[in-house]
Amino acid sequence: MAAPEGTAKPGFWGWLNKRLPAEQFYRSQLLDYYAPKNFNVWYFFGSLALLVLVIQLLSGIWLTMFYKVGETTAFDSVEYIMREVDYGWLIRYLHSTGASAFFIVVYLHMFRALIYGSYKAPRELLWIFGMLVYLALMAEAFMGYVLPWGNMSYWGAQVIVNLFSTIPVVGPGLVEWIRGDYGIADATLNRFFALHVAAVPLALIMLIVLHLVALRQVGSGSPDGIEIKEHKGADGKPLDGIPFHPYYTVKDIFGVGVFLIAFAVVLFFMPTFNDVFLERPNFEVANPLSTPEHIAPVWYFTPFYAILRAVPNQRMGALLMLIAIMAFFFLPWLDRSPVKSVRYRGWIFKGFLTIFVVSFLGLMYLGMKPASTAYVYAARAFSVGYFAFFGLMYWFSKWDRTRPVPSRVTFHA
Amino acid sequence: MLKSATLALALLASPLLLAAENAAEPAAAEHKALDWASWHADNDIRNSASLQRGARNFANYCLGCHSLKYMRYSRMAEDLHIPEAELKANLIPTGDKPADYMLSNMPAADSAAWFGKTPPDLSLIARARGTDYLYRFLKTFYADPAAASGSNNLQLANAAMPAVLSELEGVKQAVFVNRETLVDGKPVMEKVFDHFEITTPGSMDAAHFDAFVRDTVNFLDYVGEPAQKARVDIGIWVVLFLLVFTWLAWLLKHEYWKDVH
Repeated sequence: MAAPEGTAKPGFWGWLNKRLPAEQFYRSQLLDYYAPKNFNVWYFFGSLALLVLVIQLLSGIWLTMFYKVGETTAFDSVEYIMREVDYGWLIRYLHSTGASAFFIVVYLHMFRALIYGSYKAPRELLWIFGMLVYLALMAEAFMGYVLPWGNMSYWGAQVIVNLFSTIPVVGPGLVEWIRGDYGIADATLNRFFALHVAAVPLALIMLIVLHLVALRQVGSGSPDGIEIKEHKGADGKPLDGIPFHPYYTVKDIFGVGVFLIAFAVVLFFMPTFNDVFLERPNFEVANPLSTPEHIAPVWYFTPFYAILRAVPNQRMGALLMLIAIMAFFFLPWLDRSPVKSVRYRGWIFKGFLTIFVVSFLGLMYLGMKPASTAYVYAARAFSVGYFAFFGLMYWFSKWDRTRPVPSRVTFHA
Repeated sequence: MLKSATLALALLASPLLLAAENAAEPAAAEHKALDWASWHADNDIRNSASLQRGARNFANYCLGCHSLKYMRYSRMAEDLHIPEAELKANLIPTGDKPADYMLSNMPAADSAAWFGKTPPDLSLIARARGTDYLYRFLKTFYADPAAASGSNNLQLANAAMPAVLSELEGVKQAVFVNRETLVDGKPVMEKVFDHFEITTPGSMDAAHFDAFVRDTVNFLDYVGEPAQKARVDIGIWVVLFLLVFTWLAWLLKHEYWKDVH
């Protein structure tokens, strides 16, 4: 057996590698990890999600240095950060803009998976870990939104936590257990803080590690849905692959630059994003006696909120909302198409995918608006479009007329 | 990403468009009800003179009842370039120090008894309601003998706050007209607001009072987020840096990818 990589090297690097597989890790993860050479713009969002995670962790740590959890102190301490802490406004806006950026990036990352069939075999587990990251992110965002203790924090938490009361038999008791009180109160705020800054971030990081380990095991997909491992050269390297480092590291740095420009424009020039990223009622302290005119969650939850409101029966609405989120987990088995990428699929899949995207965006818009009669009917129509994609995929993915997939990736240098 | 950047630019430009629309309005010849609901504050947070006047207005007309509990006199003076002597002479009530928060001296229990509710703290009112709301609120008070305060408001019906600025603007009457509207296909007579009439003139003419309100709203906009000027000033440099960084990153990527065929 050959000596482990890097151990024969002189100086500190050799010393280190005798004790820690630093070179082996660096080689296996970056230099010897081959990715298809034809990644397009949709492949930026994975690394960008990692960047946003780092932004959130760092800005979050700094916020906890000044934030004071508690129903009488939380709101005041956020304003203290905004006004009296040096560059406190920057730390807070990094975190609030980062929350929305996280979801923008993750939704685009998920959309990439939909169009290029990244969830299909052999990447089922990779997809499931990704979905678990998404669920953890939703929990993280929901509890984080409660912490400033604004009036929308309070009433949003009230509405969302009450959804658990629709569970038969155990519901009401469960809601009380979650809140730790008979209403959203100091106890709720304290436990949400604990979960938001410790428990959920830990789970999130572990799931992201699993997501990346699974990715290294199966390798990246490609916009053509071709496995580059199937065509290897004499040296055993994939013919259509290039080492992740330096090619994709330098490319991702460019992607990071473009992303940060958009991020900075929002953060510095429009941090509330026209009252979408930071809502007006949250500039008033939580008040159990004064309901905001129109309670709506932040934009990234509104597609599911619109589905909830589209159903007259609250229990059925909550159930449909749950199914709407969980349906993504089953994609690897619902999709029976022989091809992965939308490039070689027929018009049936493309049609259903379009209906799904329009429905998702439509529901997102409607969820932000008050539930007028016309909006509820529109939300019902979009809900049908949303569920048609998942509900009928088992059949339409099979009926769809696909085109032959080339054996080598499409690439124009 | 591109899409959101385009959206960002479009949203940045929209207040300008609205301002242009607003200016063209009074030219309409035929009779139209006063369209107060489409008024805009059009305040400018970078206008220090306006902010200073707004601070003076607030200290003289608002601070008696309303606090700014997150705002220190000294921070305000620093941001608004108000000399310390000026601050102490005209803006700080006797007994308060420059480092103190701007708090009303009115006991909450008394004010609740006098007005029906304690006048709210206004530190974040511009962020919670928006500057247009504040501008419309301060400009649409009218005499209403039926109300406990003797006045009413178009923006906030049955406002507990009395028309405290009427000594400046004058006492205003709201003229309502009966108009036929269709409710569920049936004609219904409805009382709708038409215009204001000033019955007792105040100490200011319309233009001066309008400027007074705008300055005050501008000041409240500043108080809502004191860092907003610094935020934009820093942001310009950050974005310029990122443009250069991204251009260099593109060149680097281009160089490395030359050998990918």
